[in-house]
Amino acid sequence: MTYAVWIPLLPLLGWVVNGLWGQRWGRRPVAAVACGTVVAAFAVGLALLRALSALPPDARHVEVDLYRWFAAGPVAVPMRLLVDPLSVVMVLVVTGVGALIHIYSVGYMGDDDGFARYFAYLNLFMASMLTLVLADNLVVMFIGWEGVGLCSYLLIAFWFTRPAAAAAGVKAFLVTRLGDVGFLLGIFLAFGIFGTVEFGAMTRDAATRLPLGGAAAVALCLLLFLGATGKSAQLPLYIWLPDAMEGPTPVSALIHAATMVTAGVFMIVRMHAVYLRAPLAMDVVAIVGAVTAIFAAASALVEPDLKRVLAYSTISQLGYMFLAVGVGAWGAGIFHLTSHAFFKALLFLAAGSVMHALGGTTDMRQMGGLAKPLPQTAAMFGIGALALAGIPPLTGFFSKDQILSAAFRHGDIVLWAVGLAAAGLTAVYIVRAFVLTFLGAPAPSAAGDAASAHAPHEAPPVMSVPIQSLALLTVLGGALGLSFTRPGVLERFLAPVFVASAPNPAEAGGGGSEVLLVSASIAVALAGVGLAWAIYRMRTLRGESPAVHAVLAHQFYVEDLYNAVVAAPARGLARAFELFDREGVDGLVMVIARGVGGGGAWLRRVQTGYLRQYAALVLIGVILFLAYWVSR
Amino acid sequence: MTVPAPFYLALSAVLFTLGTVGVLARRSALIVFMSVELMLNAVNLTLVTFARLRGGVDGQVVVFFVLVVAAAEVVIGLAIIVNIFHTRETVDVDDVDLLRG
Repeated sequence: MTYAVWIPLLPLLGWVVNGLWGQRWGRRPVAAVACGTVVAAFAVGLALLRALSALPPDARHVEVDLYRWFAAGPVAVPMRLLVDPLSVVMVLVVTGVGALIHIYSVGYMGDDDGFARYFAYLNLFMASMLTLVLADNLVVMFIGWEGVGLCSYLLIAFWFTRPAAAAAGVKAFLVTRLGDVGFLLGIFLAFGIFGTVEFGAMTRDAATRLPLGGAAAVALCLLLFLGATGKSAQLPLYIWLPDAMEGPTPVSALIHAATMVTAGVFMIVRMHAVYLRAPLAMDVVAIVGAVTAIFAAASALVEPDLKRVLAYSTISQLGYMFLAVGVGAWGAGIFHLTSHAFFKALLFLAAGSVMHALGGTTDMRQMGGLAKPLPQTAAMFGIGALALAGIPPLTGFFSKDQILSAAFRHGDIVLWAVGLAAAGLTAVYIVRAFVLTFLGAPAPSAAGDAASAHAPHEAPPVMSVPIQSLALLTVLGGALGLSFTRPGVLERFLAPVFVASAPNPAEAGGGGSEVLLVSASIAVALAGVGLAWAIYRMRTLRGESPAVHAVLAHQFYVEDLYNAVVAAPARGLARAFELFDREGVDGLVMVIARGVGGGGAWLRRVQTGYLRQYAALVLIGVILFLAYWVSR
Repeated sequence: MTVPAPFYLALSAVLFTLGTVGVLARRSALIVFMSVELMLNAVNLTLVTFARLRGGVDGQVVVFFVLVVAAAEVVIGLAIIVNIFHTRETVDVDDVDLLRG
């Protein structure tokens, strides 16, 4: 299976080609190279899936050695890829959804001057993410980990002439960097504990090297989790994601659905054997996930910007994934990751169509009644919204339900209740977004646009076909986990990867409670949808009491807290360092410089310009030398 | 009858001292220049003396080198002095102090 190396290599080649020569080519070859490499990578992924399925389940762990990267003393890091069910599933999700987004981008970015630059970055993004998911050890994973961070910066700040976009890019880079510090320390700690950072070895040795619940295991897991909170936008490091909406919409879709934010969840699933040795750390993961889920859902309730609603919804859904891995439901976490990739990419691309139709507007207060001019987009967005709300038989229902029932069976009634409440809020805010955007009377500006030459219009096929494909996946994706009494297809495929998984429903007490749980989820989702419909059908944004609205609109003042607790002291420290640098370091340098200068000014008086004086000095010197020699 | 070596050396020392005093005490560039020549020839005399004393020729060979170099030096030095006179209307070495710090 050496050909697995082509999966990250192909988009990397696309990056090189488009980056070096794309500017001089027309749009057609650039788009062909960019989309072609990703589609080819997807094809290679399918071939891997075939090859892997042919192996017996226990042998589905193939290490592809490329070369020895570096070795120092007992520390050796090979450049090696790991092909197992988990990485293949991730590769297929990343390349599949990524390819659709690439194709959509050809239409969306068609008029942009930075066409070649955009696709070069997009390909680099894919290459980084694919390196991340195929990595066989933490250090190789770190390459991809930093690569997606870099690309997110480049793409969020793609329209770098807009100050808001540039600032958002810097913010994304710096905030995720904060988490990366934890991740890097975690890698060092893993070196210290295991003497290696290879996933296979760590999974094997976790039980012997780490005492259950020991401090080392907890520290390692929490450090890695810190990295995951940065990359996957969890509390407290989520603040970069809503601002990341400054980038082009397909980029948002890529970041939220396929690349980047899912990296944290994937990393924890990869390291699950280590996490199992630290129940405390797993509880932290689950609690952070659940709190993030409901927190972000509440923030989305009052957000007037369509794309930012989707951003909060991503944060919230990632919270679900962390809840899943926190209670040990690895398969459910990856399942939700997959289904979320489908419906979130669908929602973003549909939102992109709306923006395309309206000429770049994202404020829902200036939308309304768009279902009439954009029936197709409205239908697609509706499918995505219902999937997000968890309405059966769409894919979001199955995956979210699996997570909630896993939390319930794990014995965390509180976490389950929080998750259920968040599911209700999810239904409310996404229906609100749908109603405000597509139903009701056209808002004044939209009506004005309709009257002018720039009437809202459906997107061209190059954009609508990817949306329809994603809608199809959203409808059919539930089949991956279609089962209430035994693990679904995806989970059974992934099973060989995990040393231990959450007990499946059949073992854990029959289907009776399961039916109740599922009914509760459906009831909450339907209630949320109904409530939102009732409130927002009237086209009032002020369905909330002012006090609550203020708290929600400021996202519980987390940003202000950051300013007070992190930014202000950091600024003070920076000022102190500046003073020390100017007065202390620079001062010392100036003292030395002034000393040298003064010495030179004094010494230059020796240069009198009198030839005879020089000659006399030479003579005196010679005499002194001779005197010394003679007297010796 | 040969003159003993110390006489040559004494003459050489006297010539060298005369040259040194000339260089240090006189202000005319031409006199300074001639004094330098005097010092060079004092050294030549010493070299020849010691060569005779030791019965070898290497000292005499070095004298040839000194003569050649001195000839070249005279050419360049006189040219410089002429140029200085052209621009400054003086050959007083104390007036030529462009390099004073």
